Amino acid sequence: MTATHLDLGQVDRNLVGHGHGHGHDAPGRGEGGPAPHRIVVGYGFWIFLLSDIVMFSCFFAAYAVLHRATAGGPAPEQLFDLTTVELETACLLASSFSCGLATLAAYAHYPIKFYSAMSVTFVLGLAFLVLEGREFAHLVSMGDGPQRSAFLSAFFSLVGCHGCHVTAGLLWLLTMMAQVFAKGFRKDIMHRMMCFSLFWHALDIIWVALFTVVYLLGVIS
Amino acid sequence: MSASEEGPFTHPAEPERQLAGEDIAPGDERLDGSGVAQGTRGYIIGFILALGLTVASFYFARSTLVWQPSIPALLIVLAIAQMGVHLVFFLHITTGPDNTNNVLALAFGVLIVFLIIAGSLWIMANLNAHMPSMSQVMDMQR
Repeated sequence: MTATHLDLGQVDRNLVGHGHGHGHDAPGRGEGGPAPHRIVVGYGFWIFLLSDIVMFSCFFAAYAVLHRATAGGPAPEQLFDLTTVELETACLLASSFSCGLATLAAYAHYPIKFYSAMSVTFVLGLAFLVLEGREFAHLVSMGDGPQRSAFLSAFFSLVGCHGCHVTAGLLWLLTMMAQVFAKGFRKDIMHRMMCFSLFWHALDIIWVALFTVVYLLGVIS
Repeated sequence: MSASEEGPFTHPAEPERQLAGEDIAPGDERLDGSGVAQGTRGYIIGFILALGLTVASFYFARSTLVWQPSIPALLIVLAIAQMGVHLVFFLHITTGPDNTNNVLALAFGVLIVFLIIAGSLWIMANLNAHMPSMSQVMDMQR
């Protein structure tokens, strides 16, 4: 009888789709039951981030195809000022670091460290946006706006798309601070915080590709 | 899995649950339960590595010390290395046994990105090579 009971139990588990691994009792596979919410949320957001990166790769491909199509206008090496780009890169890298510290502080339930690290992240992200906005305004005032050539259209859409993501990230950052303030370090709020920090770090990865392909490779050619 | 032999470690965000043998979400903090200090150390190491690679990129883009035609390849290698540093130290995507799903999703993403970029460049270069030049177009119109 006991053996039959055990068998039924295993059949049941297989029917509800808890995986088919053998000898595993870890959650998410074998006999371990479904994966916890935190794993599912993180994995789902990771899939979203990868699809976002695939979207950016389309903008990168367009830029790589069009960066010589200057239509008699300025070429990359005449336009870009590496000092601005260095400052932007420093801001974004430092904000990624402070975002990581904010995540640690949130997990450890340190409110003051959390708020100060998030504020530093916000200020650095805002500084990045201001620098980028100034660069765009300068280009447009010189008559080198997105309508000047296919190269500049591709440039503004690629870099502007990243800037839009940073803007959305800053709004999300303020939302996270408000949610922690109103609801505390609750479990579901911490899931959102994990997604936010993933988003912010992913933006920094895209910026690495961006400053290398657009600015550095543009200037040396 | 090895964590189960060492003791009942808990996740800082959900201390009531034990972490032995669990999957890892992307962005998860360390699983050895050693707390904020350990996590901070990971971010500091990652920050220093990323900073070094960034400085190297900007330095070599301006320098005349290196054989010039090699610089694009060098910059691309530095950028890929820095993305790897970000993935490991900031997003905590590693090749550990409990991280398989995240790494497989990443591998698929990298494949699609490669296909889109390399495919676009290849096709457009091919089209350009077969495009008649401006003088040929003028001849045809005559």
